[in-house]
Amino acid sequence: KMAAATMSPYFGQQMSSKNDLVPAWTSQEVSTGTTIMALEYDGGVVIGADSRTTTGAYIANRVTDKLTPIHDRIFCCRSGSAADTQAIADVVTYQLGFHSIELDEPPLVETAANLFRASCYRYREELTAGILVAGWDRRKGGQVYCVPIGGMLVRQPVSVGGSGSSYIYGFMDSNYKPNMTKDQCLELTAAAVSLAMERDGSSGGVVRLASISKDGVERRVILGNQLPKYSTH
Amino acid sequence: KMATLAVRQSPVGGFSFENCKRNAVLEGEANKVGYSLPAARKTGTTICGVVFKDGVILGADTRATEGMIVADKNCSKIHYISPNIYCCGAGTAADTEMTTQIISSNLELHALSTGRVPRVATANRMLKQMLFRYQGYIGAALVLGGVDCNGPHLYSIYPHGSTDKLPYVTMGSGSLAAMAVFEDRYKPDMEEEDAKRLVRDAIAAGIFNDLGSGSNIDLCVITKGKLDYIRPHDEANKKGVRTGDYKYKRGTTSVLTKSVTALNLEVVEETVLTMDTS
Repeated sequence: KMAAATMSPYFGQQMSSKNDLVPAWTSQEVSTGTTIMALEYDGGVVIGADSRTTTGAYIANRVTDKLTPIHDRIFCCRSGSAADTQAIADVVTYQLGFHSIELDEPPLVETAANLFRASCYRYREELTAGILVAGWDRRKGGQVYCVPIGGMLVRQPVSVGGSGSSYIYGFMDSNYKPNMTKDQCLELTAAAVSLAMERDGSSGGVVRLASISKDGVERRVILGNQLPKYSTH
Repeated sequence: KMATLAVRQSPVGGFSFENCKRNAVLEGEANKVGYSLPAARKTGTTICGVVFKDGVILGADTRATEGMIVADKNCSKIHYISPNIYCCGAGTAADTEMTTQIISSNLELHALSTGRVPRVATANRMLKQMLFRYQGYIGAALVLGGVDCNGPHLYSIYPHGSTDKLPYVTMGSGSLAAMAVFEDRYKPDMEEEDAKRLVRDAIAAGIFNDLGSGSNIDLCVITKGKLDYIRPHDEANKKGVRTGDYKYKRGTTSVLTKSVTALNLEVVEETVLTMDTS
């Protein structure tokens, strides 16, 4: 039995922070608390997200870009652990780029979604990642695929994700109508994300929007003071 | 008892968490007898970086703590990665030191292989992929900055492997104090002197308002043409000079009487213990 009093010099990092000088949030994992959203319209997709990344109660980055390009006309919206989603997105970007060069053709959105699903499902016990894959391809036009925690894959015309999404399911159910125009989609996304940011502590900052179509990607930012105001008091 | 022969199993891929299990067992055993394990030396720390007109400026305090005691009053937290890239480290001192050295070494080899000046994005990729591989067990929170062919770049890198590319970043226990200064006075495209003053003030905020940070302020100014490693830039906590002395001169106390008593000792026993110098 090893004597408790003799300490070997090779101790790994203490996971519990017993040190008062280093506050607890410095050892907590960085999470994109988040509100993310994606909608299909005829000819493309519209995606939106907030911009807050938190470590515990501290906002590590208030201008995060959670809309990550995977290919020219395929984006993903990231929620969950920042490290996990960044690592997965990097892997899928590489895999999809390689696949696209092999095919000598722009890749399908469904392919990208399946690559996400493959990683998220295989490592489901180790990962905390909720991802929306959205983009445009020649075969099926604008598509949105949802890959939530656990690694399911399902195509949906509209999808919301992240901790802030709980607050806007009702709003989405009542305000989304099929066959909306691009501008109606942008307006709806901006409104929904703003409402979620208002109510969810882990969402905030600016609203980042992007629309993806045959003609390319258009990105937009709505700053704090330009957000639609809903407060009644 | 003779040691049993065991066929060495080929190592399973991935990181071996055996030591983590051992640490948990040791911690349990130590707590049972009332001891607590020694805390890994953490650099309590305030580190920060800012992008200005011509490049980036990295700043750091110089206090390293072991629990509540200052282990090193003047440690260097701005680590060399490549001639145009430097990295400040917060968290576990050994982890930041070794991680930056490993990536610095790999980056030098990579640069020789490509024949190009290394890019900050490359160092960022290497660091984040390594830290993600270790799932946060390497406690290194880094501020990576440098200037390459695409201009000045600044990244913050967290122990679990997530990174943010921003114009100004702070890390460490004093990061909230430093960020308060940045949020108040940061402007894009500052001049070098203004940026140096801003970084100095941000680190000073951490030093004077956070117990885990202290001592001096180190600065590293990286621009396209030159590199200034200023250590220390500001001796904010210089040790005071002792103004008096409690030692009294011989003769301060006058001697009134003196009596000497000899101790008459008899040698009773004499043994010689030879030192084993074999």
